[in-house]
Amino acid sequence: MSDNSRKEYWRRNVKLITICMVIWFVVSFGFGIILVHPLNAISIGGYKLGFWFAQQGSMYVFVALIFVYSKLIGNLDKEFDVEED
Amino acid sequence: MSLTVMTYLVVGATFALYIYIAIKSTAKDTSDFYVASKGVHPVLNGMATGADWMSAASFISMAGLIAFLGYDASVYLMGWTGGYCLLAMLLAPYLRKFGKFTVSEFIGERYYSLTARMVAVLCLVTASITYVIGQMKGIGVVFSRSLHVDFKTGIVIGMIIVFIYAVFGGMKGVTNTQIAQYCVLIFAYTVPAVFIALQLTGMPIPQFGLGSTMADGSGVHLLAKLDTILVDLGFAEYTAQKMSTTNMLFLTMSLMIGTAGLPHVIMRFFTVPKVKDARASAGWALVFIALLYTTAPAVGAMARMNLMDTIQIGEVGSPTGNLKYADRPEWFKSWEETKLLIFEDKNGDGRIQYYDEKGMGDKAASFGWKGNEMIKVDRDIMVLANPEIAGLPNWVIALVTAGGIAAALSTAAGLLLAIATAVSHDVLKGWLMPNINDKQELMYSRIAIAGAIIIAGYLGMNPPGFAAQVVALAFGLAAASIFPAIMMGIFSKKINNRGAVAGMLAGLGSTLLYIFIYKGWFFFPETRMLADIEANHLFGIKPQAFGFVGACINFIVAYIVSGMTAPVPQRIQDLIEDIRVPKGSGKAVDH
Repeated sequence: MSDNSRKEYWRRNVKLITICMVIWFVVSFGFGIILVHPLNAISIGGYKLGFWFAQQGSMYVFVALIFVYSKLIGNLDKEFDVEED
Repeated sequence: MSLTVMTYLVVGATFALYIYIAIKSTAKDTSDFYVASKGVHPVLNGMATGADWMSAASFISMAGLIAFLGYDASVYLMGWTGGYCLLAMLLAPYLRKFGKFTVSEFIGERYYSLTARMVAVLCLVTASITYVIGQMKGIGVVFSRSLHVDFKTGIVIGMIIVFIYAVFGGMKGVTNTQIAQYCVLIFAYTVPAVFIALQLTGMPIPQFGLGSTMADGSGVHLLAKLDTILVDLGFAEYTAQKMSTTNMLFLTMSLMIGTAGLPHVIMRFFTVPKVKDARASAGWALVFIALLYTTAPAVGAMARMNLMDTIQIGEVGSPTGNLKYADRPEWFKSWEETKLLIFEDKNGDGRIQYYDEKGMGDKAASFGWKGNEMIKVDRDIMVLANPEIAGLPNWVIALVTAGGIAAALSTAAGLLLAIATAVSHDVLKGWLMPNINDKQELMYSRIAIAGAIIIAGYLGMNPPGFAAQVVALAFGLAAASIFPAIMMGIFSKKINNRGAVAGMLAGLGSTLLYIFIYKGWFFFPETRMLADIEANHLFGIKPQAFGFVGACINFIVAYIVSGMTAPVPQRIQDLIEDIRVPKGSGKAVDH
């Protein structure tokens, strides 16, 4: 594989990781901690929303993020033909 | 059947199962021993990772912490799960592609330096031993309760069992056993949670039960009711934030990058067949972990509610509002035996008053209360006491005991394996005695396991804090030293050997120093230099939350030193290019 396509593959991968990390940060540190007070004004069921993100929601998002990343990076592997044999 | 007999039966049955599995899958060579021959399916590997990961701290201490800290305990929930995202995206697939046996081996090769490899071993062993201490304390709590022995005797029994257990099979045996242990522990954790959620809210799924209304027909939400009960007795509101926002952020971040830097967790991703599987495996691991971690908030809140309701049976302040000591339930008596629960009748009325003295202020005196009479309620007992408090049948209680032991054993085995691998494979085979054969290597790793158990057992008897907090310290160390070195090794071609070594030492050194100042040198409390209170902390950062700062110091020092010294040689740059793409990954290779 050429140097250029190698670089491009890595650039796209890093971009994908960056997007995932932003979401990761927003749901946990953002919604669960920094914005917990304003979000707690909203309730879903018996949960205050900020509290829910901190003790439930962020974890559901983490799980989803890993599978989404695995799927997308898998597509990228195919596109650049760097899959394992 | 009595509870004790039932407990012996259930625990004995699970032990027989683990030992059977461990014997069935004895390691034949070093590849078997270190990485289970890289033949573990990602879903099963995820399950084993879950058991490896969910320790005595997760199983026993976490719900207890949540019960007493409320919202603030979110740092543990997010911190101990969020790290898997970092693992899946930043570390695991590349380390699997690299294809060696240990984390230190990667660091040694990437930074073309034996010194880097040994510094990595030092960081890894320090973090792992600190972490094992927490497991030992957890094991002590479980055994002392279920076998009705003194806490220290409990730890000794635990040490013996872990020792017998850890010498079996290596990674292959441990992996297979951990899959069984995961099943035991998750079953043991969710069954009582479902029962209690049903009792309190009529909703069988604990994750939803926590957000439901009480089943008593009052229409009040469980969390709102808990807030009221606690505030009435002078405690802080359950859902309110008590820790400073800075500490919440720093502690969560330290736990997350610490999770991703813990060697016994990273090692698990060397055992899958492909790079692709390493990514998926991290996802599966988190699914299995989240199953417990999303249940824990419900367990914590409901346990706290039941505990308060047991003691405060009537209106706060009314003469008959508190439980008579003579009427205390069985579980109360059995925990008093372990001295983890202590009552003292300060006002001599024969009733139990449990409240927060500061929060109640003068009101307490007007009720004739002379101080909080529950002198000690060890947070670590909550999960184990929970089914008894809720009046669940004996077999459920026995099951929880077995689950707690499964959690502690599986993690201890994984950690001891990581320590033993570092000593035998990296230090002895890789440095001091390169000519030893497989058999000798295995023998040395067993000696290393024994040494580690003794040190951890001693520290477990004299622990620097609650099990979960001790564990939090291990995370600080992993976060400050190992994670940055691996991440920079993959994502930057600029960091060279000197930069990496200086960075790791600076990260580890600063974090250890910060912890030892407040917790005592090597955790001996009498040697602490400053009291562990907020006024003494640098920018108010708790010692447990310092790992993130240590990691930043590591990154900065590594960049500066690398910039001043010779650049990374071409062959290492090619190695980095190679691990960045999945293509061409092979089986594990020894040197």
